[in-house]
Amino acid sequence: MLTASQMILTIAVIVMATILTRFLPYIAFPEGRKIPEFILYLGKVLAPAVFGLLVVYCLRNVDLLTPFSQGGTHGIPEAIALVSVIASFLWKKSMALSIAAGTIVYMILVQAVF
Amino acid sequence: MNPSGKTQSHTGEAGHRSAILPALKACFPQTIPVMTGYIFLGITYGLLQVTNGFPWWLPVITALLIYTGSMEFLTTSIFVSSFNPASAFATALMVGARHLFYGISLLSKYRGTGWKKFYLIYTTSDETFAVNYSAVIPEGIDPSWYYFWGSLLDQMYWVAGALLGGVFGSFLTFNTEGLDFVMTAMFVVILMNQWLKDGTSLRTMGRDHMPELIGIASSLLCLVLFGPDSFIIPSMAMIFLALTLLRRRLEPIADAHAADAGDASGEKEVPSC
Repeated sequence: MLTASQMILTIAVIVMATILTRFLPYIAFPEGRKIPEFILYLGKVLAPAVFGLLVVYCLRNVDLLTPFSQGGTHGIPEAIALVSVIASFLWKKSMALSIAAGTIVYMILVQAVF
Repeated sequence: MNPSGKTQSHTGEAGHRSAILPALKACFPQTIPVMTGYIFLGITYGLLQVTNGFPWWLPVITALLIYTGSMEFLTTSIFVSSFNPASAFATALMVGARHLFYGISLLSKYRGTGWKKFYLIYTTSDETFAVNYSAVIPEGIDPSWYYFWGSLLDQMYWVAGALLGGVFGSFLTFNTEGLDFVMTAMFVVILMNQWLKDGTSLRTMGRDHMPELIGIASSLLCLVLFGPDSFIIPSMAMIFLALTLLRRRLEPIADAHAADAGDASGEKEVPSC
């Protein structure tokens, strides 16, 4: 366990590192200076790729291999909930509805079924 | 666009006061999924800190100042181990590396946001990035205020969650198992929204959705290769490499998409006559 002053220092250091990662692109390409073509290109294609990464990140701890007999679910609740999100979004095109539907389906599955 | 012929920047003094509330009204509904997720996850975080023996205000302070959930959850183990600021700094850099991509994506959108820019950059969390980046801002709404409200509301949700968890978390009786899926669902919907915006034809799928496909494939591959705790940085490197190598092919498609969407970053300043 850290002492109070060690803890304050640790928090300060973490805040500094986080700020650095957030501000670096804006420091490198400040207002008033032209953004290089390559960075503009990255600005257009990075986000769609990162959305894919964030979805995989959210699902990173899904255990596909543990057998049912040992309490595993083979990712079936996640798969069903994902299908609910995707199908309802294609059907109604409502973000809020799909998020709510997927979450409710998932909660029912992990609490009452699996 | 501007019948008076006067150039009016969106941070200009004219119409300043009347721009604030309409932006909040337009923005708030888009933040509701984040509200659900952040308050729930924030409660989990506050509860975790308190059950580790820390006072209720520690999760609140760290939620406010660090404001990146994944790193905050890691602090619980950092605080109970031995003092090592260098390693804490390195960990925070690694966990935060993905912010570099958010900054590059938002560079054009956050240009000209004036005094709000510092706060917008400081609060670029995963969720705020995703919501602000994919926002379709209604005509007549000041983008800088829209982004500001989105960022502020999201941070308030997160801090409120941490406070609730720190103070009342131990009284929670409602079974919340699985509620964290709200974040997964939100990112899936944001990805789908982007996907549908980039084209719906199955025949040209590989061409239209190359960035999304690169993102999904690289992360899945790195997840299998490096495991759930250390696949983010290799995934980022692979995404960067693939997008760089495919620039010649992808740039014309990306420009066409930006033009279709009437994207603010692709908008040229209308000269006044």
